[in-house]
Amino acid sequence: MATAQRPLSPHLQVYKPQITTVMSITHRATGIALAGGAVALVFWLLALASGPEAFEVAQAVAGSWLGYLSLFVWSFCLFYHLSNGIRHLVWDMGYGFEIPQLYASGWVTVGASVGLTVLAWVVGLMGLGGH
Amino acid sequence: MAMRTAIARVRGLGSAKTGTEHWWMQRVTAVGLVPLTLWFVASLVSLAGADFETAYLWVASPTGSLPMILLLLAGLWHGKLGLQVVVEDYIHAEGVKVAILMLLSLATVALGVAGVFAVCKISFGE
Repeated sequence: MATAQRPLSPHLQVYKPQITTVMSITHRATGIALAGGAVALVFWLLALASGPEAFEVAQAVAGSWLGYLSLFVWSFCLFYHLSNGIRHLVWDMGYGFEIPQLYASGWVTVGASVGLTVLAWVVGLMGLGGH
Repeated sequence: MAMRTAIARVRGLGSAKTGTEHWWMQRVTAVGLVPLTLWFVASLVSLAGADFETAYLWVASPTGSLPMILLLLAGLWHGKLGLQVVVEDYIHAEGVKVAILMLLSLATVALGVAGVFAVCKISFGE
């Protein structure tokens, strides 16, 4: 690796944050968070397979304020990564690269992920009485 | 152009000895995960506040266990491919990078086996 303190090219710090760049790094951050969610899902399934006592513990963890906060953040991460992932798939097919289209699809993605998160929690919490 | 052998052209691989498989499988798993995540979220929303019995019967039913296994496999594979790129982007010390990538592969398989085993145990009962 380089040992001398040579001057480097300007990097991220010289650029003003834009929706395109912020959404790009958010996609990566939400993906990393979802990997943690996958670990939690596996532990939840293992608890369910272990029996009622282990499941009680898992539900107590999920039902704590930290559990609810994690579930809320994970749900947003999931909807964001899903929506922006579809945006990526559209790019992969070669569409939507004009700047106005990029901005429009970006705001649609942000709106969809926020809207779906709120919708999921409203419906989920309303349905709590059903179980 | 004539420097390349016929078999090299057929395989379509450059000096890296690998092709587009990483990129492509990330897309394939992504497409598969679109319906699976929608199913997963809808299921969790309807299961909010469910007791052990309800959650157990949900995973035990084929409509619960089959998509769950698919979600685990596609999701963990997709996540492994994604985290691998993150590690390759930010970890520059070769030894540390190789160690983390190895750990990532092992953890992915371990989580996948554990998750699928849990679903199978619930489905088949004991």
